[in-house]
Amino acid sequence: MIAVSGLTKKYGELVAVRDLSFRVEQGKIWGLLGPNAAGKTTTMRILTGFLPATEGTASVGGLDIFEKPNEVKRILGYLPEILPLYPDMTVSEYLAFVAAVKQVPSPRRREAVEKSVRTTGLDTVKGRLIRNISRGYKQRVGIAQALIHDPQVIILDEPTIGLDPAQIIEIRSLIKSLRGERTIILSTHILAEVTQTCDGVVIINEGRLMASGSLEELTAAVRTSDGAILRVRRDSAAAAERLRSVPGVDAVSPAEDGLRLEWKPGLDPRDEIVRRCLDGGFGVLEMRPLALNIEDLYLRIVTGGTEQ
Amino acid sequence: MKNIWTIAKKELRSHITSPIASVVVAVFLVLSGFFIASLNRWFNVLSLQVAQTPTYYNQHNINQQVFAPLFHNMSIVLLLIIPLLTMRLFAEEKKIGTEELLFTSPLSVAQIILGKYLASLLVLLGMLILATLPVGFAFLFGNPEVLPFLTGFLGLFLMGAAFIALGIFFSSTTENQIVAAVLTFGSLLLFWIINWASASASGFWKGVLDYVSILQHFDNLTQGILDTTDVVYYLSFVFLGLFLTHAVIQSRRWR
Repeated sequence: MIAVSGLTKKYGELVAVRDLSFRVEQGKIWGLLGPNAAGKTTTMRILTGFLPATEGTASVGGLDIFEKPNEVKRILGYLPEILPLYPDMTVSEYLAFVAAVKQVPSPRRREAVEKSVRTTGLDTVKGRLIRNISRGYKQRVGIAQALIHDPQVIILDEPTIGLDPAQIIEIRSLIKSLRGERTIILSTHILAEVTQTCDGVVIINEGRLMASGSLEELTAAVRTSDGAILRVRRDSAAAAERLRSVPGVDAVSPAEDGLRLEWKPGLDPRDEIVRRCLDGGFGVLEMRPLALNIEDLYLRIVTGGTEQ
Repeated sequence: MKNIWTIAKKELRSHITSPIASVVVAVFLVLSGFFIASLNRWFNVLSLQVAQTPTYYNQHNINQQVFAPLFHNMSIVLLLIIPLLTMRLFAEEKKIGTEELLFTSPLSVAQIILGKYLASLLVLLGMLILATLPVGFAFLFGNPEVLPFLTGFLGLFLMGAAFIALGIFFSSTTENQIVAAVLTFGSLLLFWIINWASASASGFWKGVLDYVSILQHFDNLTQGILDTTDVVYYLSFVFLGLFLTHAVIQSRRWR
């Protein structure tokens, strides 16, 4: 659905995006993750036709964005990082204007405005001036304008930036509700956003692709061991000592919330671990898989410079 | 054309709701009213004096003595206020981030520029019609010549159209509206006074300086002379302004 190949963007001497290639399949939500100034916004601006690329190609919905920019713009919805809102318009007037600009046929414009107002929960503020609504509602108006022409592809640049926690949850569930019908790319530097909203991720740093794939694929690629966090009822130091001798267990170390046990991928000594804890009278409160979380993944990829 | 009108409608709405445009139009109307009233009063006094000296009676003409100076005075006010009307057009879009919406929509840059230009032209036209409405009384109760009045009005409109084109250009170069207004005003003033230099020039350069001067072309039109050279001059000015705007916007995106 979205295919980027060898994309490079230079601003004079500065290379903002360097030889970037990735693919996003139809109906998926994909995160563009990277630290500030990694090249996320530049990549999105190129995909939306706002900026030309210095080198490389990209296609959206099978259409080359440089050869058929207007066709691509018709099937693409875009929420820029700075919300493109006219403060002196009401929400409805603004959405009607965007519908006209996005070339929704005039008989269908009213319906398109109503639909995007409904989808984004703007009913209560649709008659108010944009300057007078809250930041959370402004963000929704931004998303509503990206949806107004019922695009196949939606590109959202930092969609939850500047929102309070409740608003972040609302916007994330709104984005998730669009999954399936539309292909979505969202950029973020918030790791939790990726795990909670996205099916896959493209990690970039200093304009370079560091990794791309589904979260499971990436986790598997950087994982060198499996393991678990174990919380015992009593005497965890003695339990640690006893568990070191379990066949297959490579390491037992105290962790913040229990004991961290590691073993080689493919082995699964969990039955034996629990048995020894119970036999030794340590009890078992909790055992959970030692999943490589997104923070670990990100830090390994970005700071370790691992290219996947 | 539909796309141009979409942008034009939105811009007209912004002009109408913007306090700057309202104040600018109000100031123009008040000043124009003052010019009409004072020129009229002066013409009445003159008429009484001329009535007693038949030699001058034939030279006594409302077109020459009221309308021509009125259009000149109005053109000076336009020089001052058009930069305030145009400073917002692109600078504000850039500042508040809405240019990303416009330039990622399936509209061409030319359509966006023409939409904004058309809206400003309509504001100018509306403002000029309102400002010259009181002149209707002269036509109602007297018999001024219509053609010189219309060419003068056309001259004022063409001059305003040229000012707007230059204003849009400077608005596209910056996100600071004040900077855009000052650059527009400075450039317009330069085009206004450039023929001062022609007094000391000769030959080819004198011709160039006279041709480039905005005022030189306006004089003919206020005298009732409709010369295609003057019309072509203003239309070229408009074309150049809009062309440069297009070039600036495109080059910024390609940089």
